[in-house]
Amino acid sequence: MIRIFKIALRNLMRYKRRTLLTSLLITLGLLMVILFSGLAGSFKEMMIGQITDSNLAQMQIHKRGYVSSIDTSPLNLTINQKSCKKIEKILGENPDIEAYAPRIKFSAMLSNFKETTNIRLNAIDPEKEIKVCPNVSDRMKFGSGKVPDILLKPGEIIIPEKLAAGLKIEIGGSVVLVANNKDGSVNGLNFRVAGIIESILGPQGKEGYMHIKDARSLLRMEKSEVIEIALRIKKFDKLDDVYTDLKSVLAKFKNKKGKPVFEIHTWKKLSPFSNIAKMIDIMTVSMKIIMIAIVLISILNVMMMSVYERVREIGTMSAMGTSPGRIMGLFLAEGLSLGLISTLVGNVIGIAGIYSLNIYKISYTFGRMDNLLLSPTISFSELAWVSATVLLVSVFATLQPAYKASRMEPVDALGHV
Amino acid sequence: MALVQIDNVSKIYQTGDVQVKALQDVTISIDEASFVTFVGPSGSGKTTMLNLIGCLDKPTKGKVFVGKKQVDAFNRRQLAAFRGSFLGFIFQAFNLFPVLTAYENVEYPLVMIKNKSISKRKEMVLKVLESVGMLNQKDKFPDQLSGGQKQRVAVARALVTQPKLVLADEPTANLDKKSAVNVIRLMRAMRDELKTTFIFSTHDPGVMEEAEVIHTLEDGKLV
Repeated sequence: MIRIFKIALRNLMRYKRRTLLTSLLITLGLLMVILFSGLAGSFKEMMIGQITDSNLAQMQIHKRGYVSSIDTSPLNLTINQKSCKKIEKILGENPDIEAYAPRIKFSAMLSNFKETTNIRLNAIDPEKEIKVCPNVSDRMKFGSGKVPDILLKPGEIIIPEKLAAGLKIEIGGSVVLVANNKDGSVNGLNFRVAGIIESILGPQGKEGYMHIKDARSLLRMEKSEVIEIALRIKKFDKLDDVYTDLKSVLAKFKNKKGKPVFEIHTWKKLSPFSNIAKMIDIMTVSMKIIMIAIVLISILNVMMMSVYERVREIGTMSAMGTSPGRIMGLFLAEGLSLGLISTLVGNVIGIAGIYSLNIYKISYTFGRMDNLLLSPTISFSELAWVSATVLLVSVFATLQPAYKASRMEPVDALGHV
Repeated sequence: MALVQIDNVSKIYQTGDVQVKALQDVTISIDEASFVTFVGPSGSGKTTMLNLIGCLDKPTKGKVFVGKKQVDAFNRRQLAAFRGSFLGFIFQAFNLFPVLTAYENVEYPLVMIKNKSISKRKEMVLKVLESVGMLNQKDKFPDQLSGGQKQRVAVARALVTQPKLVLADEPTANLDKKSAVNVIRLMRAMRDELKTTFIFSTHDPGVMEEAEVIHTLEDGKLV
């Protein structure tokens, strides 16, 4: 076997320029895939991280039907105190859950005493929220310029930046919130503007923040009643497994009609960025398809040339009694060696490229979040997959020329001019 | 039975509408350990005869026996296996593999066909290279050797598997007169040493003189 590869390598070196060019082409294709996968994957992960860690959370539990009517911020689809306790028990017993936080989402009227407008609010328990969305304060601007130890105190509100600009509300100013509760009665409370928050992608990206106790007071809700429970899991790559697990557990809670009481969604269902993530995945797959085409065409071409140029040599091998399988093996080894060399070089340059990009970081801006740094990474499994694909395609591309070589009649091949 | 027995063999090539009768009703037998040459002008059927004996081609009519086996009835795989175990070839243009050294060229059939161990291979290759006087050139690639040296390596490659029969189609055609005679004498010496049967073709009168048995072909017939 070693001798076969030794002969294959020497045959490749017979046509140095052609081998070098083909190898370069495959290397470039591989490099393109490694760098694109690294950059696109890094961008995707960072954006998902920003969305889930600063606003949305990784998963959300609601009363069934809430997400489909999320635009109207319904107050009649709340999770009551008793149900809340049951869900908290389930979440507490699940070893994959890192944290969970109650939320109340509602719409209200915001007034600066001169003008009034609509506002969507996300009422949170700051201590729990920061565990579920550790980057929630990244989008916020506070009067002191620093993030306070306690994100929100009762009586404080953080309002969206566009609303603040429209109503000329400044940090430290007073506002009035007027809201209807689920029975239709109106209530109003004064708040101090503790901060301003920038918008982020998605339907929940333009919400103001207030303390959950104030929301219950404003809406006259019972203790522990919530609209939403946001979840964070310990390992993000287990998201789908945890989701499936929780979904099946929550499905056991049924109403009198025998239908599930709760619904659970991952960020993918809740954020439009999931479509962008899918597009990135499609583009990555497209890159891989282009790479496969490059490898296939270039190796097929070079191996066909190689067989054509060595017909007499093949005839000699065959005349000497080399079996067709051995002849085929020799050419397959040649194609595989070409793929292997290109893969090794491509991997080395690709990893060096990723390493360089991590040293000279690429920065970009997303909303208020400036200087976001792309840190491209590529997993070993991804590298192994891409490399294995190149090698498999190399062998596949060599099959036809190798088969042709193995089927040559020695008498014809020896007489080839 | 002789080592090679050709019974009433004809070979016709069809090129479009044209039929070329390369061999016509040839019957011949060649004994073991003989040193035989086929002579005749170009197109007389020498190469076709060697191709049939060498199991590289099949007759249109008649039977070919080599080593008591009817090789014209063999399939492709059987033919390859038979060639590898029973025959050795020496080509007019040497046909050495350019990417292999003289040593590796000689070693090739032992690696690719015989699957011999490294130590056994080394022993066999060095011995045969010494026999043909090429031991001191063993690490050179074919393009670093003269025509005569290349053909010596080719002889060594043909003999390394210790075949019963070696076929050589115009083995001296690309050599100068002195080298040609040397190669033929080398082949005969090998025959004497190893009792291998040598069948070769030539149209060089100088080379013909070295043969022990001469068969003349003309227009596909033995004369």
